[in-house]
Amino acid sequence: MLSKSQAKVFFLGGTMVTFVIFLGLSWNSLSKEVPKRTHEENLTAQVVAGKHIWEKNNCMGCHTILGEGAYYAPELTKVYERRGEAYIKVALMTKTPWQPRGRQMVAYGMSDKDASDVVAFLKWIGEIDLNGFPPKPDLKK
Amino acid sequence: MKYKSQKVAYWFFAFSMLLLILQIIYGFIMAFAHLGYDNLHPVIAFNTARAVHTNLLVVWLLSGFMGAAYYIIPEEAEYELVNVKLAYIQLITLALVGVTAVIGYHFNYWEGRKFLEIPRPLDWLVVANVLTFLGIILTTLFKGKKRTTTSLVLTMGLVFAALLYLPGMIWFDNQTMDSFFRWWVVHLWVEGVWELIMGGILAFLLIKITGVDREVIEKWLYVIVGLTFISGILGTGHHYYYIGVGKVWLIVGGIFSALEPLAFLAMALFAIAMYRKGEKKHPNKIALSWTLGTAIVSFVGAGLLGLAHTLPQVNMYTHGTLVTAMHGHLAFWGAYGMIVLAFISYSLPNLTGRKLYDSNRGVLAFWLSNIGMLGMTVAFGVAGVAQVYLERRVGLEFGDVQKEIQVHFLILIICATMFTTGIGLFIAEFIRYGQPTDEALIAATDHDA
Ligand code: HEM
Ligand code: HEM
Ligand SMILES: [Fe+2]
Repeated sequence: MLSKSQAKVFFLGGTMVTFVIFLGLSWNSLSKEVPKRTHEENLTAQVVAGKHIWEKNNCMGCHTILGEGAYYAPELTKVYERRGEAYIKVALMTKTPWQPRGRQMVAYGMSDKDASDVVAFLKWIGEIDLNGFPPKPDLKK
Repeated sequence: MKYKSQKVAYWFFAFSMLLLILQIIYGFIMAFAHLGYDNLHPVIAFNTARAVHTNLLVVWLLSGFMGAAYYIIPEEAEYELVNVKLAYIQLITLALVGVTAVIGYHFNYWEGRKFLEIPRPLDWLVVANVLTFLGIILTTLFKGKKRTTTSLVLTMGLVFAALLYLPGMIWFDNQTMDSFFRWWVVHLWVEGVWELIMGGILAFLLIKITGVDREVIEKWLYVIVGLTFISGILGTGHHYYYIGVGKVWLIVGGIFSALEPLAFLAMALFAIAMYRKGEKKHPNKIALSWTLGTAIVSFVGAGLLGLAHTLPQVNMYTHGTLVTAMHGHLAFWGAYGMIVLAFISYSLPNLTGRKLYDSNRGVLAFWLSNIGMLGMTVAFGVAGVAQVYLERRVGLEFGDVQKEIQVHFLILIICATMFTTGIGLFIAEFIRYGQPTDEALIAATDHDA
């Protein structure tokens, strides 16, 4: 039967081995894959400004992006492709409360510049290579 | 015979119960919003309610873990906590930081990163607070007479949890990197180091309640936490499928995360086996129910319902839908909510000297909260599966789908009411126990109580 000290070796050894592999794979992903898949050359100051606005307002508290966030409002990874720039800017710049199908969005009343920054961020997000996510609806006629 | 300084644990538990009530209130706000009654929107928009709900969850659990550690470490190390006054100060500052963060969320003072909404300046206060806590625990352990496996595993979990908070504080321009490191906090907490905390607390409870030999319990504790890390560290890959990193994670994440339920299965089998082996003499049956309950429900909520959507082929469709919320509720409840309530149920009689553990109210609290939470899980699950089908496969608009599945939130609210009644009864019992005393602790024993 397994003894307590063998169990301890199993714990410490297993942890060490998997942790080293994890660090190696992470290093590879971050240094080799991310720059290519996210098109880092397009990560302009405007996109970063858009990300700041995205975080400052906790947009992820209602929406998902890259499939992460909340489930009250639509997935926004491909919103640029789906709706286009003009539609998104109206949603961000309007000062009157807006409730598509009963779901209420905060009326941010953003400036034209801020809204354009967020659009740039969403456009950049939409171009990331996500291994096929979000899936194409396969039953759609 | 116990230690007087263990008394401080009581106040951490009281704080924890207060936050649990608040968490539930904000849960109802969101459930009503999903049902189409988002009337509070101008004052408490959905994102505010959500940040408050999930952050209060994390803080009440952490406060529960800290209380448990302040109770367990003196007893395991056979040494009073080195600085009780500092422990009280640590609790008060924790409460202040928490209150500031929660108020801030109502005024757009936050960072939009799921679960890590606390703004960076406040993050530093959290770090200082946790360092104080760890300082007290580690010094006590160091000066103490004994360093048991149970106390070491618990402490290791707490130290790693603190360290893993740090990657979440780095700013990245690239959303993919941001997400990559957010999971080092979120995933490596709940599917890694928090399981050490849970395992340590569970081992302590089993030693006390079943009376089984420590050597046997602690041997299996090593096996369980070994399984946790071996599967859970590389299992992080199940969050890397679709965020902009390479395909290797589809394989690594898929295989290792599918092994994660083994750790939870081991925990459940272990608890049941120790219960059977034990002498079944301990009179605190309510603590026993919660202890066995946490081991079993965590296997269902984290193990089975996690497995249900962890393979990349499935996760492609369920990723970021209400299916995730289904799993999130039963997993957090079963593994971490219930272990905290188990510990409170076990320790209150020792802390206060009142032996109220045969009350029907306590039994009812256990069943109502668990059945209510199970019902909520089913409601989220049905809504989630319908959402996945209609939105991701049929291709209907998000908003149209939400209208279709709205009715499930009515069921959710009914089950949540049942859950809340259970929690209400639990807290009523908590209050009935009254406050801790030195005399009670000196008189407390575990076996012939
Ligand atoms: C007690 C342990 C666990 C807790 C508390 C927990 C909780 C959660 C939470 C809150 C999320 C949502 C996270 C976010 O989107 O930021 C999540 C996601 C996920 N969990 Fe767990 N979990 C646990 C264990 C497990 C296990 C053991 C598995 C696999 C077997 C698993 C599989 C998943 C998967 C695949 C996702 C991603 C869902 C998505 O793509 O949207 N979880 N979990
Ligand atoms: C009366 C009780 C409760 C109600 C009505 C409730 C309702 C909700 C709702 C509506 C959401 C938001 C889903 C969305 O983004 O659209 C949510 C999120 C969440 N709740 Fe609760 N909740 C309750 C209790 C709890 C409890 C007791 C726990 C933990 C033990 C918990 C853990 C969570 C977690 C982890 C999330 C985030 C899930 C994710 O992002 O996938 N909730 N809750
Ligand atoms: Fe995970």
